[in-house]
Amino acid sequence: MSTSPWRDVSLTGWGRTARADSKAARPERQSALRAALESSNGKPVLAFGAGRSYGDAALNSGGYALLTERLDRLISFDSATGELVAEPGVTFETLMRVLLPRGWLVPVTPGTAFATLGGAVANDVHGKNQEAAGNFSDHLQWIEVLTAKGEVVRASAQENADLFAATVGGIGLTGIITALSLRLQRVPGNAAMVKLRRLPDLDAVVEGLTTPHPDTPYSVAWIDALAGGRNLGRGVLELAAPAEEPLPEQAVKARGLPVDLPGFVLSGPTVRAFNEMYWRRVPAGGTERPTHWRSFLYPLDAIHQWNRMYGKAGFHQFQCVVPQDEAPAAVRGLLETLGKAGRASFLAVLKAMGREGRGDLSFSMPGLTLAVDIPNRPGVDELLTRLERQTLDAGGRVYLAKDSHLSPDGFRAMYPRLAGFQAALKKWDPDGKFMSDMARRLKIREGGAA
Amino acid sequence: MTDVAALPPDPLAREVWVILGASSAVARAFSRGVAPDADLLLCGRDMDDLGRMAGDLRVRHDCRAEAVNFNATDYDSHCGLVERAAAFAGRGRLNLFIAFGDMPEQTEIDNDFALARRTVETNYLGAVSVLSRFAPRLEAQGGGSVVVLGSVAGDRGRLKNYVYGSAKAGLHAYVQGYRARMHRAGVHVMTVKPGFLDTAMTWSLGKLPMAMQPDAFAATIMKHLKAKRDVVYVPWPWLGIMTIIRTVPERVFKRTNI
Ligand SMILES: Cc1cc2nc3c(=O)[nH]c(=O)nc-3n(C[C@H](O)[C@H](O)[C@H](O)COP(=O)(O)OP(=O)(O)OC[C@H]3O[C@@H](n4cnc5c(N)ncnc54)[C@H](O)[C@@H]3O)c2cc1C
Repeated sequence: MSTSPWRDVSLTGWGRTARADSKAARPERQSALRAALESSNGKPVLAFGAGRSYGDAALNSGGYALLTERLDRLISFDSATGELVAEPGVTFETLMRVLLPRGWLVPVTPGTAFATLGGAVANDVHGKNQEAAGNFSDHLQWIEVLTAKGEVVRASAQENADLFAATVGGIGLTGIITALSLRLQRVPGNAAMVKLRRLPDLDAVVEGLTTPHPDTPYSVAWIDALAGGRNLGRGVLELAAPAEEPLPEQAVKARGLPVDLPGFVLSGPTVRAFNEMYWRRVPAGGTERPTHWRSFLYPLDAIHQWNRMYGKAGFHQFQCVVPQDEAPAAVRGLLETLGKAGRASFLAVLKAMGREGRGDLSFSMPGLTLAVDIPNRPGVDELLTRLERQTLDAGGRVYLAKDSHLSPDGFRAMYPRLAGFQAALKKWDPDGKFMSDMARRLKIREGGAA
Repeated sequence: MTDVAALPPDPLAREVWVILGASSAVARAFSRGVAPDADLLLCGRDMDDLGRMAGDLRVRHDCRAEAVNFNATDYDSHCGLVERAAAFAGRGRLNLFIAFGDMPEQTEIDNDFALARRTVETNYLGAVSVLSRFAPRLEAQGGGSVVVLGSVAGDRGRLKNYVYGSAKAGLHAYVQGYRARMHRAGVHVMTVKPGFLDTAMTWSLGKLPMAMQPDAFAATIMKHLKAKRDVVYVPWPWLGIMTIIRTVPERVFKRTNI
């Protein structure tokens, strides 16, 4: 049919605080993607993956959204080397379903399998094994980008290196990723051997995360963000490694959260009780047990649309990383601020990071990263501003994939490689064809490199 | 060229599906649906896309899958396609999924006979050519299935797309006769009349409450194939809708904008 590829849509970030009305196309093949880009009539364009970014990174109000979900082909897989070539709309869920049974695991994955590979590149995502495995982009051989000129350009660390560095972590602003080549990792089976330890306070948790653990490349701590005083920062440490023995396959049955929960469900006492229970669930002496990769890597995916738990008003997620030396004190300060604000939050997540990312705007740096959900209630602005300030003072940065609140100045101070990013944009997208609400809010394209 | 008809299909060999018009969302979903138990020949014009699709099927399902250039109105080439398919299938049994089509806007067709001709040729003649060329091979193998995507638009001529509708109506009648012929050889022929599906064709119409996802559509077709149905409406409420639309008297219907 010769009709327009566009339709009016209203999109939101995963936290449901940021919204955007846009025109969206949902191309089913590359030729349709190029045609859609051409028919965007000079309006700003942005790729939209699975919408698992919490804030406004994937939103483009008044512009054009290119939904990549139907560009979902696994183009080739080399079972000798583990090299996969795929389209951007392929999800981690597909890789788990298709390739894990053959002994191949994606080496770096975010905490939800519903994210797309294109989205993973654009946020240069990290997993529970950041120290050992780095970021998503560390496992890319090359990417292909449909640029503002309408050309598909291949980029890697060697070829068009500036485009590669700008696209990896570049939150969609260099163009549309149309294909990528990723090296998967061999694993003996479908499970991880997970060690759980219950730790009484922040010092113990930090020590647990930062003590070298070469045999367990995965590590994460769940923190009771409501515990204060002596218990501040108490948590459950998870250390994991591929398990030698496979587990029997289990049927994946996801439950949905069909409605928004009313506010009182998430009141202080309920969440406090939940966190307490979560902590006590682990025996004092710790436990060790094999767990399906799926359950270990994607604990929240078992409940579809769990973001509705926070009610209609939605929630923010605040995630920052603070550099190694400042980390313990900085995390303590952040937890104290959160505690004082009395925001009921489910578990906060603390992870250690081992290296910088390869992208100009990659989030990672050696240190500790803290992530916490914050319900969207009156006063949330001041709280987020204070958390931003503290992060900045510690020399850290806020994760764009989760953000909807950072200030332009804060952003500039946190992302020192912005100039390189802007230079690449000037070269590959001189007229600013690719745009997002986040880029407008943070003034990412303004100032800097001439 | 070996006389393929001389070789009876090997019941142990994998089924082979020849997908014509393989780049559509529906064909993609159907291909993925049958690929666990079949090899696939993907036929269409967008070779870059078909190459990606063939790769996808190989990776996901470890089947054989190849892309073949196919143009519905290049009738002479269809004999070669049959040979290519036979060679690909070896002693596997051939099955056909006919999904190609062309639906320009009626208002554009009204002013352009060339467009009207293209619409009729692609949707009707193209299918007749392919089906008739494959017929001897299907008869010789004495089994297999043919799925033809018709359209609810072929059930009644409408102001908004009567050229397309007439081509599909012709196709429906052709397939009825073809079904009778193939029945005598043990080949199952099924006409599928899709209602609204959530594909590129309907995307710009906005959110349609009844639009079915392509993979659900494919799963339904596979279920109907097992039951060896002749004509199916998918999603099924369209049987009711079209029954009503067909029974409205012409003197009323001609005034409507349906
Ligand atoms: C439960 C949950 C757990 C999470 N855990 C982690 C975690 O552990 N680590 C982590 O790093 N992140 C984590 N995240 C964040 C998530 O991984 C990232 O936001 C990811 O980028 C989302 O991918 P998406 O496909 O949904 O992309 P979207 O959110 O739709 O888009 C993200 C960005 O990618 C761009 N983009 C998408 N596709 C393309 C393309 N084809 N070409 C160019 N640009 C494109 C968009 O424009 C946008 O800027 C988590 C999110 C959730 C909801």
